[in-house]
Amino acid sequence: MPKVDNSILSKRDQIVSDVEKIVDPKNVLSHIDEIKPYETDALAAYKQVPLMVVLPETVKEVSKILKYCNENKIKVVPRGAGTGLSGGSLPLQDCILLAMGKFNKVLELDFENRCVVTQPCVTNLAITQAVQDKGFYYAPDPSSQIACSIGGNVAENSGGVHSLKYGATTNNLLGIEVVLMDGTITRFGGKAMDAEGYDFLGLMTGSEGLLGVITEVTVKILKTPEVVKAALVGFPTIEDAGNCVAEIIAGGCIPAGMEIMDKALTKATNDYSKAGYPTDAEAMMIVEFDGTEHEVEAYIEKVKKISEKNNSSSLKISKSNEERLKFWAGRKAAFPACGVLAPDYMCMDGSIPRGKLAEVLKEITRLSKKYDLPVANAFHAGDGNLHPLIMFDANNKESLKKCEEFGADILKYCVKVGGALTGEHGVGIEKRELMCEAFNDKDIQQQLTIKVALDPNSLLNPGKVYPILRKCAEEGRVHVHGGKTKFPDIPRF
Amino acid sequence: MSMEEKQNSQTFLDFNQSVLKPITREQISEIIKESYKKSIPLEINGLNSKNKIGRNFQAEKTLDLSKYSGIIEYKPEELYIKVKAGTPIELIEKELDKNNQQLAFEPTDFGYLFSGKSNSGTIGGVVSCNFAGPRRFKVGSARDHLLGFQGINGKGETIKSGGTVVKNVTGYDLCKLLSGSFGTLTVLTELSVKVLPKPETSKTLIINNPHVKTALEYLGKSLSSSIDPSGGVFYPDSFEKHFSFNDLIHKGALTGIRVEGPTNSVDQRIKRLSKELDLLENEYSVLNVEQSNIFWKKTKNLEVFSNTEKNLLRVVVPVSETLNFLQKLKNVDLSYFLDWGGSLIWLELNDISIKILNEIKDITKDHNGYFTIIKVEEDMKASADIFTIDPIKYKISEKIKKSFDPKRIFNPGKMYTGI
Repeated sequence: MPKVDNSILSKRDQIVSDVEKIVDPKNVLSHIDEIKPYETDALAAYKQVPLMVVLPETVKEVSKILKYCNENKIKVVPRGAGTGLSGGSLPLQDCILLAMGKFNKVLELDFENRCVVTQPCVTNLAITQAVQDKGFYYAPDPSSQIACSIGGNVAENSGGVHSLKYGATTNNLLGIEVVLMDGTITRFGGKAMDAEGYDFLGLMTGSEGLLGVITEVTVKILKTPEVVKAALVGFPTIEDAGNCVAEIIAGGCIPAGMEIMDKALTKATNDYSKAGYPTDAEAMMIVEFDGTEHEVEAYIEKVKKISEKNNSSSLKISKSNEERLKFWAGRKAAFPACGVLAPDYMCMDGSIPRGKLAEVLKEITRLSKKYDLPVANAFHAGDGNLHPLIMFDANNKESLKKCEEFGADILKYCVKVGGALTGEHGVGIEKRELMCEAFNDKDIQQQLTIKVALDPNSLLNPGKVYPILRKCAEEGRVHVHGGKTKFPDIPRF
Repeated sequence: MSMEEKQNSQTFLDFNQSVLKPITREQISEIIKESYKKSIPLEINGLNSKNKIGRNFQAEKTLDLSKYSGIIEYKPEELYIKVKAGTPIELIEKELDKNNQQLAFEPTDFGYLFSGKSNSGTIGGVVSCNFAGPRRFKVGSARDHLLGFQGINGKGETIKSGGTVVKNVTGYDLCKLLSGSFGTLTVLTELSVKVLPKPETSKTLIINNPHVKTALEYLGKSLSSSIDPSGGVFYPDSFEKHFSFNDLIHKGALTGIRVEGPTNSVDQRIKRLSKELDLLENEYSVLNVEQSNIFWKKTKNLEVFSNTEKNLLRVVVPVSETLNFLQKLKNVDLSYFLDWGGSLIWLELNDISIKILNEIKDITKDHNGYFTIIKVEEDMKASADIFTIDPIKYKISEKIKKSFDPKRIFNPGKMYTGI
């Protein structure tokens, strides 16, 4: 992490009293008992207590705090719900942690313009809940949607299982209000689509809190589809499953969601959740369509034919919503099911071209033998997002080290076959040192000059995303011990 | 080495010529490095389909990328195509068509507007301008379909961002930042663009109604319905002559709503839509797939303004503001049509003056929108603000420009003075 500024640590009391002049003193937390809960996000392997925690209530307060910090060279780490998996809101010892938790109101439901204006710490699911009685919903659905904040979704450009058809956050966002490090309050985008000039809305989305603090969000909402149906298909080989996915897509179907699990995961989830998956299949596919009845029927019929052509060993179509949810139950239990199999597991998050699935899984099997650690694979086949779950024992130092090396090897391979280091969890501190696998110095320098343009003193969320040392170290991933995640009650899939 | 290549390798860096036409990325990079060293401003061009959009500016040389063209890789099952920046849209669409795929954001062919005939330009130009067609509200704009790029910044350095996969959150999303930057930040060299299957069929419900207020009600209801339309326009009476289709039972103003997908479902949805909108049998017609495709081609390509001598503004407001916006322009001599379900207003002005422009600008701002001047008399181009920007965003834009193009050699002043 960036070098600790001791002069800031020594001025702590002064800073606390200054900030108490900006916000209501009850919103300034400085006692260790108060700030301890903020020491980590959902990448719980990393912990650091900040200098202090500030909970602003208005955009003016955010602006004043940032301006004060900019003038006094104090680092700031913004935080939403703290459910991020890559350590994006991990505090620094000498930082003010700007916790946005009090920005928790939905501001406007605008059905005429089909959008919702909300404060950033409203949860992703709460947006859908606010509009569902009128038959609308907000499309991006990260698995942590009951707890993750919409501001955090913007900062990380969160996806979900429906990204292929509906896009990630960036494709569903109309506007934001943002405060820059110098205290400037501005708006990018709005209710009118494609605001003119440079697309700062797009730049801010997925910038992991390095360029500005989001204080208001406008998202588009969609009409809830009438019918949703899923097919559960088993295949004798991974290759067959991979070919089937390619053919479905090339055949002109865009499913709402398409998931593949390998045999290890199918077996684990079956034992855990009694999902009733066929255990003889080497690969299981769940493919889901939504829309009007005729539309869904037409696509399901197509998938049936394509699956049979690709040697499917079993095929079930959901006859009711309950059955459809049962198809998903096993898949959604993937993480806890792995928690039962081993003391610990790490969840990786790479993106690969769909057609490379068989090749990548073969490589993962090879690596699994090499490192002598079991692995189970879940794959958002629709959008190419692969989540290998590596099982290990963190109490055994050797095992942890092997697991980390294994994980880094997988991500490097994802990049090698034309994929990406991270599909939806973000870089944060977790994959920072792997950035040089994806980018060369010139690429990274260009990105850093943008950072410098907006935050010349590099005070906003420093140490995240971009490598500090030029090395490709193997760092931590989503590490789960004894089945206990940082937020055990949030689904992760 | 072919004759042309031989000739080119000798001349591409000849700064005595006013137009530089590189055919390789290395040549583009060399030209930019040289221009950076000597501070030579460049106008970046492709097929000249949209070069009239934007402010007039002084560039010593033209960097013509039309020879840097070709498909690098097309993977239909991976839903992307990787192409060189100077590749014509026409060529890309032809190639995609072979696999029944398309660029879902429907790039506008501005050729009709400026020259009366088709010229849909290059992919680099389309992405740089980020103008999306009628499907915008459903599938997004060019910026939503650019998966990755390679380009050369103002110092001559090759940079890249994104990739070929749809889910990628590695580093800042420069694909978005460069889309719509009108070639002022980076010269794009390679683009990976998301492609999507063509719908099995497409039909259009045409409602005969003369009033914009009713049209906006129809459009609002349709776009908020689970029928899930992919286009919504309103053409007032004056456009009647452009739409003489066999399937049309009426003349005059019309509201058009497009429905796409599997044939069965399209027929069912069109039927349901007519019921949801409480339409009587004699109030609407349905365009079959061929006529529907012609209708939307005309719309996306602004063919109703083909070769117009008049001025054209592109106004975008939240759809709730459209009616009030139009009412405030009652006394201005203009014609217009609505796209994007009523949110995009194409305004054709018969007479133009700075006073009228400023008036429209203020009204647009009052209604939370923005406008871009697409076509204007040459002598006005120097004095009018083609794009709108507020001082804070100007300041940020200045910094971003500097971070990519420190000597301001790429299209300097095309968007704003000083940028």
